[in-house]
Amino acid sequence: MDWFVFLALLQDGITTGAIYLLLAIGLLIVFSVTRVIFVPQGDLLAFGTLTVAALQSGRLPGTLWLLDGVSAVALVASLFQGRRAALRGMLTWGLYPAAVTAAAWLLAPRELPAVSILLALAIVTPMGPLIWRFAFRPIANASVLALLILSMALHFVLIGLGLVFFGPEEASAPPITDASFDLGSLNVSGQSLAVLACCGVLVLGLRWFFGATIHGKALRAAASDRLGARLVGIDAAATGALAFGLASFIAALAGVLIGAVTPLSYDAGFDIGLKGFVAAIMGGLVSYPMAAAGAVLVGVLESLSSFWASAYREVIVFTLLIPVLVWLSVRSGSPEDRA
Amino acid sequence: MSRIASPPDLLRASGTEAADADSAPIGGRGPVARTGADVQWSRWIAPIAGVVLILLVPAILPIFYVTLLGYVGMATLVALGLVLLTGVSGQTSFGQASFVGLAAYATTILTSFCNAPPIAGLAAGLVLTGGVAWLLGLVTARLSGHFLALVSVAWGISFFALFGTIPQLHGFNGIGNIPPLRLGPFSAASLRVNLGVIWAAVAIVMAMSANLLDSRLGRAIRTLNNARLMGASVGIDTVRLSRTVFVIAALYAAIAGFLFAHFQRFVSPTPFSLGASIDYLFMVIIGGAGSLWGAPVGAALVVVLRDQFNDWIPRITGQAGNFESLVFALVVIVLLQRAPDGLLALLARLKRRPARRAETGADVPLEIPAAAAVAPGQELLALDAICRNFGGLAANRDVSFSVHAAEIVALIGPNGAGKTTLFNVISGMLPADSGRIRLFGAVAKRISPRRVAALGLARTFQHVKLLADRSVLENVALGAHLSGRAGLLRSMLRLDRAEEARLLSEARAQVIRAGLGDMLRVPAGDLPLGQQRVVEIARALCLRPRLLLLDEPAAGLRLAEKQRLAALLRQLRAEGMGVLLVEHDMDFVMQLADRVVVMDFGQKIAEGPPERVQSDPAVMEAYLGGVA
Amino acid sequence: MTAALLQLEGVRAGYGHVEVLHGVSLAVPEGQIVAIVGPNGAGKTTLMCAVMGLLACNAGAVEYRGAPAGSTEAMVAAGAILVPEHRALFADMSVEDNLLLGFYPRRRAGERDARPAMQDVFAIFPRLAERRRQFAATLSGGERQMLALGRALMGRPRLLLLDEPSLGLAPMLVREIFRVLVELRARGLSILLVEQNVRAALQISDYGYVLEMGEVAAEGPSAELAQNPRVLETYLGQRRAHAGQ
Repeated sequence: MDWFVFLALLQDGITTGAIYLLLAIGLLIVFSVTRVIFVPQGDLLAFGTLTVAALQSGRLPGTLWLLDGVSAVALVASLFQGRRAALRGMLTWGLYPAAVTAAAWLLAPRELPAVSILLALAIVTPMGPLIWRFAFRPIANASVLALLILSMALHFVLIGLGLVFFGPEEASAPPITDASFDLGSLNVSGQSLAVLACCGVLVLGLRWFFGATIHGKALRAAASDRLGARLVGIDAAATGALAFGLASFIAALAGVLIGAVTPLSYDAGFDIGLKGFVAAIMGGLVSYPMAAAGAVLVGVLESLSSFWASAYREVIVFTLLIPVLVWLSVRSGSPEDRA
Repeated sequence: MSRIASPPDLLRASGTEAADADSAPIGGRGPVARTGADVQWSRWIAPIAGVVLILLVPAILPIFYVTLLGYVGMATLVALGLVLLTGVSGQTSFGQASFVGLAAYATTILTSFCNAPPIAGLAAGLVLTGGVAWLLGLVTARLSGHFLALVSVAWGISFFALFGTIPQLHGFNGIGNIPPLRLGPFSAASLRVNLGVIWAAVAIVMAMSANLLDSRLGRAIRTLNNARLMGASVGIDTVRLSRTVFVIAALYAAIAGFLFAHFQRFVSPTPFSLGASIDYLFMVIIGGAGSLWGAPVGAALVVVLRDQFNDWIPRITGQAGNFESLVFALVVIVLLQRAPDGLLALLARLKRRPARRAETGADVPLEIPAAAAVAPGQELLALDAICRNFGGLAANRDVSFSVHAAEIVALIGPNGAGKTTLFNVISGMLPADSGRIRLFGAVAKRISPRRVAALGLARTFQHVKLLADRSVLENVALGAHLSGRAGLLRSMLRLDRAEEARLLSEARAQVIRAGLGDMLRVPAGDLPLGQQRVVEIARALCLRPRLLLLDEPAAGLRLAEKQRLAALLRQLRAEGMGVLLVEHDMDFVMQLADRVVVMDFGQKIAEGPPERVQSDPAVMEAYLGGVA
Repeated sequence: MTAALLQLEGVRAGYGHVEVLHGVSLAVPEGQIVAIVGPNGAGKTTLMCAVMGLLACNAGAVEYRGAPAGSTEAMVAAGAILVPEHRALFADMSVEDNLLLGFYPRRRAGERDARPAMQDVFAIFPRLAERRRQFAATLSGGERQMLALGRALMGRPRLLLLDEPSLGLAPMLVREIFRVLVELRARGLSILLVEQNVRAALQISDYGYVLEMGEVAAEGPSAELAQNPRVLETYLGQRRAHAGQ
């Protein structure tokens, strides 16, 4: 095979690998804190792409109305929970959505990419905490399997809503940069670099967040020992919301980034999310570095197989799981230890 | 306020604490079902009615309902597998539709392309799905349960992609003109006959599942949900059994797939998507994973409602779309939050059913088989310099002592002295870091809880591990697991009744000997903690052990109960059993034990007869503590 | 008589169907150390959980600072801090981070600077200062206990609940920990102490309760309780002159 083709495929693979890495991180954060396997993260990614696409074409996206609607319910609920909660509720679920709606209404017709991107992030990110609040928190102590089933059900809800809001057509996100330059005979796309850069910035940002801020540490504490976290007054509901918020931000960002490279339709996010999944599983659902390696591997493998055996691309990627799982199970001890 | 105690077990086949344990429908719950001699006639009503319905209904219904009921029937088959998998054994799968599809395509290829008889198609479907399921189970055997679920997602997607792409299979255009079912000269081309066949299959599979749940293996499968450690301690191969249940669920799906291909006479990948797999799971959640009847109820609801939604939602909203999925998903979410045991459990709570007579093995004479003859004084257990560390902590340091036949040894020491760790090392749950264990005369290399159970070591647990919603009798009968041999097929075909009666009578004898004779049918979780410990002891005795390890057997018992327990242990000693017990109740220990071993900080600090140990200054120091 | 800081009246609590506490009444006056001793399974840990709102009471009342005890979060915010039996440390985080997280409730109350509190804890447990950057998982048993205690102190508790602080500790360390407890009482802290080490517990405490099978079997000023033969029997059983029965 042509060396240059290989490099081009590699570039593609690493770019998508970066996206899978972001999703895997989001999954791991949510899983470690709440034991939820956040399947709908992929759907939020699609929401990100489609929201920014809608804004870019001067329309107000359906996700904005979804945000407004569910926020209103959250606002009403918080009014019954005491003064402090009510005040906080009015800020987060009253003022914020109102501001975003106003901004969108005013600025969408201008069709400015930067504004659209920011607005899309602002619209999709709160969906994480809202999903936590209304879907998962009521059964937060259930088994991992029950939470997984709920996750799957939620996926169908989001897909259904996606179809209603955005229709079946694909849409693209505006690229961050149209630039591209040649490195030797390889054409490096600016967007790919932007994706990698964003990924890098986000990873560093998260490392800082978890390492240096008290809220990040509180999140790690909740993941480390739930009883201990409770006993130092860390609010399990709040950390859950934060974890989900991070995951949905990551998903929205990923959607905006990858949507410029590949147009997506309302149901295409699930597939991407699943590959982020595969990466997270490669880390045994606990290890970030392993998940990172897995993400790059999945991205590259997918890219290469789409060239050679494109029809069987999905099969190859998912069958990859099998040796990984064998390796994982050989590494861990007897399941009776775990019982 | 939230509780530290065990969270609602959504996927346990247990129902809520409020549900009446005796109100169980067939199969999933309740005491060992079925009857004594005097009510045998009522046992035949259901099957006879079933046969009549299966013969009549297809003949008289309009064709639309025939088709609908056909799909309900096939979905029921898949859902039955999921009840066993998810409701009873606590695993889950998002790939059942792919097993259906695999079998459907298998029979399609064989009957359409190779002109083989349909029976060959069925066989191929069963072999293929069984093989794939077995492989998936093997790969995730040593991992936590959710990995199997995740791998089933991957399997589902791979299958869908594969079967949509292989050109010989015509992709999404599908393959039509599949020959109808036929057996010899009889051809079942009509939908009505097919309907009869489908529901006959449902009835057979349901009966077989009920039989399975009602057997020794059924008890073993129930331990997979939340009590694997306990299952291992009575000799159950939990890993293999989980895999077996997964394969059974896949085989049920294969039967459905086979019937599907010959019912519809057309296959394409579309009905075998991840969405379809999740639909099956939804059926079980809606109908209730705790009972086999949840499968047809859930299947009927989902299939019929989907059909209805497809009709009138577009009329209401004016657009086609994924609305039924959305609505269903919302319903499932609400159910998971409010009624996790499904509709059947909800109804069961509202309506009390008459209690079923439990089979208690009363017809077989009361006789406790003697354990293998052991010479008194024979060494049963010898520990030599056992060390076990946890992180930086030395939980056991250089511990050595032995236990002989016809002797009761007590292991005492303050909290944190390492006694439970030592127990776990002896019973094979933890490997020792160094030192040797000689069990029944042979040096044990890599011991596991199962192996030691088979060798004749039984134990109880510090934190009681029982199947809370099963009767005392059933829990104790778990201990007799290894004395039964009935396999899957025998259990499903109900050919194991003689052995079951024997096992149950033995369990019953042990329960009575332990003094809980009037609690035979009470759900074990309803008993006070002290009596739950006695149930564990009775279960351990069912193993016919030579060596008994008891972890705080007297904790929580009242005086009279302690005296009864002491009497039981003395009797066991007289019969030649060796007993090693951890206890904190000194009155209990001192009057019972032949020898006392005292541990502190992971080390043995004293050993000898009770009076000597009681007056040992080092022991008193360890217990009452140093000066502040 | 001043109202006690913590008051339990006829508390019944348990797990599911199983009731572990059958009507326990006790009080912790301000500025005192109260010890609860008793054998395993008596319900001591259940009692702690009920006080801290980790477990719901089936009957009876728990009053803290004159008001009904609330959720775990509310109790922590009001200065009732528990060091559980198994420490519940954040094993994959550093000593310093564990302590910082102990400061969390005060942060929520508005204080921003954790340093004075941390200096205080390091002054009490110099060994923690030496190991401040180490991961909690690498500490020895005694150091973990110190860290757990230090983390609790970071929250500026008014009532400290300790579940078996001497568990798994060598006698010298036990002595050190208990010395710290006495010092804390001198500073005005109230302590509810659940202990297996009867002698040490009764030596430093003002008042004691003997809990047996979910009920208070004996109580009294610690000095008197220590002489009570009932306590000794609870642990070592009645002395036998001859073997067997």
